[in-house]
Formats: sequence, structure tokens, C-alpha cells
Amino acid sequence: MNLRWIGLLLLAAAPLAGMGNYPLHLFIMSLLWAFVYTGWAIMGRLGMVSLGHGAFLGIGAYVVVMGWNHYGLSPWFGIPLALVMAGLVAILIGYPCFRFKIVGHYFALVTLALSEVTRLIIVALRDQTGGSLGVTPVTALADTSGSLLALQFSSKLVWFYIIFGFWLAGLWIWTRVDRSMARLALQAISQEEEAAASVGMNVTRLKLGVTLISALMTCMGGALYAQYQLYVNPETVSGIGISLQMVFGAIAGGMFVRLGPTVGAAFTLLLAEVLRLALGHDIHGLDSTLYGLMLVLFIIFMPKGILGAAQEAWEKRRGAKAAAVA
Amino acid sequence: MEMFDIFLLEAVVNGLLLGGVLALLALGLNLIFGVIDVVWICYAELVMIGMYAVFYLHSVYGWPLWLAMIAAVAIVGALGAVLHQFVIRPVLAAEPINQLLVTGGVLFFLQAAATLVFGVEFRNIGVSLPQLQVGGMYVSFARLIAFLVALGGMIGVYLFLTRTYLGTAIRAISQDRAIMPLMGVNPDRIFVITSALGGALAGLAACLLVLQYDIHPAIGLSFGPITFMICVLGGLGNMIGGFIAAFIFAQFISVGGYFLHIEWGYVIAFLFFIVVMFWRPQGILGGK
Repeated sequence: MNLRWIGLLLLAAAPLAGMGNYPLHLFIMSLLWAFVYTGWAIMGRLGMVSLGHGAFLGIGAYVVVMGWNHYGLSPWFGIPLALVMAGLVAILIGYPCFRFKIVGHYFALVTLALSEVTRLIIVALRDQTGGSLGVTPVTALADTSGSLLALQFSSKLVWFYIIFGFWLAGLWIWTRVDRSMARLALQAISQEEEAAASVGMNVTRLKLGVTLISALMTCMGGALYAQYQLYVNPETVSGIGISLQMVFGAIAGGMFVRLGPTVGAAFTLLLAEVLRLALGHDIHGLDSTLYGLMLVLFIIFMPKGILGAAQEAWEKRRGAKAAAVA
Repeated sequence: MEMFDIFLLEAVVNGLLLGGVLALLALGLNLIFGVIDVVWICYAELVMIGMYAVFYLHSVYGWPLWLAMIAAVAIVGALGAVLHQFVIRPVLAAEPINQLLVTGGVLFFLQAAATLVFGVEFRNIGVSLPQLQVGGMYVSFARLIAFLVALGGMIGVYLFLTRTYLGTAIRAISQDRAIMPLMGVNPDRIFVITSALGGALAGLAACLLVLQYDIHPAIGLSFGPITFMICVLGGLGNMIGGFIAAFIFAQFISVGGYFLHIEWGYVIAFLFFIVVMFWRPQGILGGK
């Protein structure tokens, strides 16, 4: 327990020790993706594999930026608006899916359609959104009061603590869901939906609740991403690519363990960066080829993820020790 | 007013022709899902590889087009078998989500590898087929050929599945995977053959698409999602359902694209898909 708090304090104090801008940026991005992947895994580990979270990420990013650029709507109001919209979309898609028992491959493909629709709508509204070229929020970095109103900060340290806070909140939500009766019910549902329904579980409502939490977290992540990066592009915040990336991150770390998605986010981000730096840009595409290859190998040989496999090994060792004592 | 109608009719006809190719794509994916119970998220990337194969063999190495196309079908067919043997087989017993994802990883890999090997430039084979003029309408000859070949390919697959021993074994294993080994069918072998066949269908689709579209490493993304939607709409694994769904989708894209911008055609098709899922989640022809 104490070890955990010390670890957290060290993590929180790390940027104060004079980290360079680039490592700090990677640190922030890892935590941001960790927050988003955690949001995905909250529903993913309960048997609802969504390939549509790009939709929520895209809504978070674009609603906030569009509100600010076209209507002068401060992100302080834009973010709640985006959250409401993401929630509505989640219910609109989730309710029929769960009501009519769309599960497994079907659920994955229906949600995949959702993320593609979002991407295409962003591209199609190119007069407002800038289409595939992406869009930059109108800058307000010059004056201090405007910067707070526009939720734009030039200091990476400020962003670090904002996103650190969200990441912690994400882990807290995970724990709350994990310890609730709903989690047990959903686990039962993911095993045998008919049986769960027959003992009086309201399958649709339970699933919808978790989906809503997951969608809102992802949407929040999208808004934070846009405000931090100050640039969004339909490919990076919606569509099939980012949706798959989220799933990969969560799986690579281990989606059944609380810190799994976090480990996955840090691992995939660092892996991509290391490959990029090591191989450079001379040979275009080599880094992503290796990255793709490693993802495939990972899923084949370590299906429970890094942390999941580590935990299993640890428990096995402890089990062996206990057996030796007895 | 008369002009308006003829253009709309042209859009409908073009949609019909597009439907043929989409139906071919859906057929391969449905075949694999029906038999092996795995969705190849990377299916459209196999098509992309096939298109590059035609381009390199024909435009770079100077093979005649027909030979290059036959070779492309064979190459992608072999690739399908390799994909099954080295990627799908190890995860056959794993969680369904891992099976889905592993092919998603292959999608990233193939896309990046294509960038690495072939570069990001847009390529085309430089064969331009004439436009046919039928009663004031312009219909692309390439699309007409694509439609006819796709139709022929589908009839071929149908005959193969219903008239040959191997085809019967494939259909049997898709109905009951556990019992077939007892009847003396080796499921591993059937899976590899089915994967090769599915790959070959992707190769055939590649040959038809290469006549109409430029090739680039990300081209799979423009066909992939729509193929999945078609398969789900028709009922995953249901080949006739997929066939019908392909034509419905093609009309949405073509006619929707005629009235609005092409992306809105896709958006309307996708929204239609989501609405249908509420109405018939098992697909238009799927059983309960």
C-alpha cells in the first residue's frame, strides 16, 4: 500500500526534476493514452469489444475545437457539450445492440461502422472542419486570461498535472466499477447472457451503464488531446486506425489488470518512438512495419498482455511457494 | 428534367456494376468467416497486395496483363494460406477478440510493409478502357467487365461448393466443426484450402479494381470497412445475404454520391447499416 503511494508521488514529482521537453511530452502522451485505453478496457474486458471508440474520441476533439473556432464557445462549455453528444451516440448505438443481443464479432463490426461514419462526416464537412488536412484551434496563448478561457496552455507542466489528474481519475473509476455488483453481473453476462438474464439481471441496462462510462472517458480524452496537441486530424482521432490502436494498447498491456492499459499505452508509444528514432526516416515505413509485426507476435504469444502475463507468472510462483511450505 | 433522369439512371447502373465487385469482396470474407469463424480485418489489404502484384508484373516487368492477373490471383491465394497457417492457426483456440485483433495487426503490418516496399506514390497500370455509351448514358467498360467477372467468379465458387467433394467438405465443416473429423475430413487442411480460396477471391477482386482505381498502400481502408458492413448486413457467413447486401450498399454509395458529395453516399450507407442492425440484428437473411 505504502509502496503504491510512494510510486505515485515519484511519478507526480518526476517532471519537476527538470525533464527535457521531449521526454515530458512522451510522458504526457503516455498518460493521456493510458486514460483513454483504460476507458476502453472498462467495457472491453467485460466482453464488449468495441472498434468504435474512435467515434467518441473524434466527437470529443472536434466538437470542442469546432465550438471554439466557429462560435467562440469556450472549451469549458464545449467539453460538457461534447460529453453529452458522445453519451447520446453511445446510447443510440448501445441500446439496440444490447437489447437485440448483438455481441462478439457483430458488435465489433457494428461499432467499427460507427467510427467510420464519424470519420467520414468529419471529412465530408470539410468547409467547417478542414477535412483530411485537419484543423488547429484558434490560438489564445498570447494572453493569460484568454488562455485559461480557451483551455490552451503553453506550459507542458500544466498539461502534465491536468492529464495526470485525469489518469488517476480513470484508475479510480476502474476500481469503482471493478468493486461494484455491476462488474460481477457483467462478467456473468459475458459468459452466458441468457443464463444471466434468466436470474433477473437487466442485461441491457448494465451493459449500457458501462458503455456510457467508457464512451464519456474516451470523449474526454479526445478533448484533452485536441487542447494539448492544438491540432486534430480526422485520421488521428477517428476511424478504424485509432480504434484498433486503442484496442491494441489495452491488449498489449493486459486489459484485465487495472494498470494494464497504462502499461500498454506507455509500451506502444515508446516502442513506436524508439523504432522511429532508431531507424530514422531514411527508410520510410520500416518502423511501422516492425511495429505491426510486433503487434501480431504479441497477440499470438502473449494474449493476456505484459502485465497479465507478469501477474500470472507471479501467482504461479507464489502458488508453488505456498505448496512447498505446506 | 429529362437530363436529370438520365444521370440518375446512370448512377443506378454504375451502382449496379459497383455492386458486383463489392459482392465478390464480401463473398471471400463470408466464406472464411462461415468456415473458420474468423473475420479477416485485413481482407482489403490482401486486395491491395494483389493490386500491387498486377502493377509490378505488368507495368514494371512487362508481363502480359492476363498473365499478371492470373499470377496475382495465385499470389494472393498463397498469401491467404500463409496468413492462416502462421497467424490464424496459433490463435484458433484463443479468445475471439484475439483472433479479430491479430488480423488487425496484420492490417497495420501489410499497410506499413507496402509503404516500405512500394512507396507512397499513387500507381496505376496505365490501361484505360473506353466508356460505353448506351442510350445517352456513359457506362465505364472497366466496371462492366468487373461486374461480369465478379458474377462469373461467384457462380464458380457456388459450383465448387455444391458440386465437388472438397466443396461439400467445406460446407459440412462450416455446419459442424466438431463432427467432421469423425467423418474422415481433416479440418486443418480444409481451413488452409478455404483460406487460399478466400485469398484468391481477394486477388480476383484486386484484378478488377486495378482497372478502375489508382494503387496506394492505404487503399484497403477505402474498401475494408464497407466490405465488413456488407457481410454483417447480409448476415455474417451468409453468402447469398452478402450478395444482396452488396447491391443495396452500392446503390446507396452511387445514388447518394450523385445527389450529394461522395462521402455523404458512404455516410448514408453506413447509417442505413446501423439502422438495419436495429431492425434485423442477425442480418437481412440471417436466421434466428
